[in-house]
Amino acid sequence: MAKIKGAVVIDTERCKGCEVCVVTCPMDTLALAVEVNAKGYHYCYAANPETCTGCANCAVVCPDGVITVYKIKVG
Amino acid sequence: MAELTFKDIIKPENLAYTKSKLMTDNVMHYCPGCGHGTAHQVLAEVLEEENLQSKTIGITPVGCSVLMYNYIDIDFQEAAHGRAPALATAVKRLMPDKFVFTYQGDGDLAAIGTAETIHTCNRGENILILFINNGIYGMTGGQMAPTTLEGMKSSTSPYGRNVSTMGSPIKMANIVAMLPGTCYVTRQSVNTALGARKLKRAIKKAVQYQNEKRGTCFIEVVSNCPSGWKMTPVESNKWMEENMFPFYPLGDIKVPEEK
Repeated sequence: MAKIKGAVVIDTERCKGCEVCVVTCPMDTLALAVEVNAKGYHYCYAANPETCTGCANCAVVCPDGVITVYKIKVG
Repeated sequence: MAELTFKDIIKPENLAYTKSKLMTDNVMHYCPGCGHGTAHQVLAEVLEEENLQSKTIGITPVGCSVLMYNYIDIDFQEAAHGRAPALATAVKRLMPDKFVFTYQGDGDLAAIGTAETIHTCNRGENILILFINNGIYGMTGGQMAPTTLEGMKSSTSPYGRNVSTMGSPIKMANIVAMLPGTCYVTRQSVNTALGARKLKRAIKKAVQYQNEKRGTCFIEVVSNCPSGWKMTPVESNKWMEENMFPFYPLGDIKVPEEK
């Protein structure tokens, strides 16, 4: 069966840490970091990158457009 | 098969989603989790896909989205508070080939601009009105708006909105749907990916109807205001689903007949 693997690239300096993407992600890929960015926000990052399917839900709801999604078919 | 590494996936040919090219690189001034950002992106995506960048004139309101022209790279005209539909009428009549939209909040459209909104819809001007309804005056400090829910606390209704003295919340989309000039009236949301994708389809329909000169299109977006509601973004989205959606049900209110 063909499987789709995805990856997210996050512009952490523009992220405002609103957590909307974390709640939206169906695969629990994203999480908020313990560290903060230059503006003092807990930015989001791919905590479990291997689970990402590239559905782009996180990027669609992100109010600041910081997420870019890539996906590839494997197998 | 060898395991794919992160670098193998991050290639231009595998791109699944990125922000629209019409969005500038300016960092938005909106609070974290504000629905305005998502609504801007959805709008920019539609304009990019319909190839309307040089043919669009947006009318920005007074409110949080007053600086919208910094974020979407199209032509804009700034209107006085509430007067965006009147200005849009003038722009559309002078330049009928342009795609004209107004982007208004609830304090702008449903309070000071009620007359302009209703008469523009009644005349059936060929414009799109995008109405962001978050039930509060967000920019000025969370005062009560006409769309504030019954019992909802705001800085000018600290014990909750009392219907006997402050009136009932106003459903603008249902009001303009009764007017003969409107062709397409719908209520959408942007708190989930599904909602944002549905809003995108709705704006695409509005572009099509404006090209066909069918009348005013009115899209209400039920949105959140984490700062005004004094909640975290995730809490405010949950509160919105539990309290706003029962009163402002999502879906199409008026759909024109297919030609």
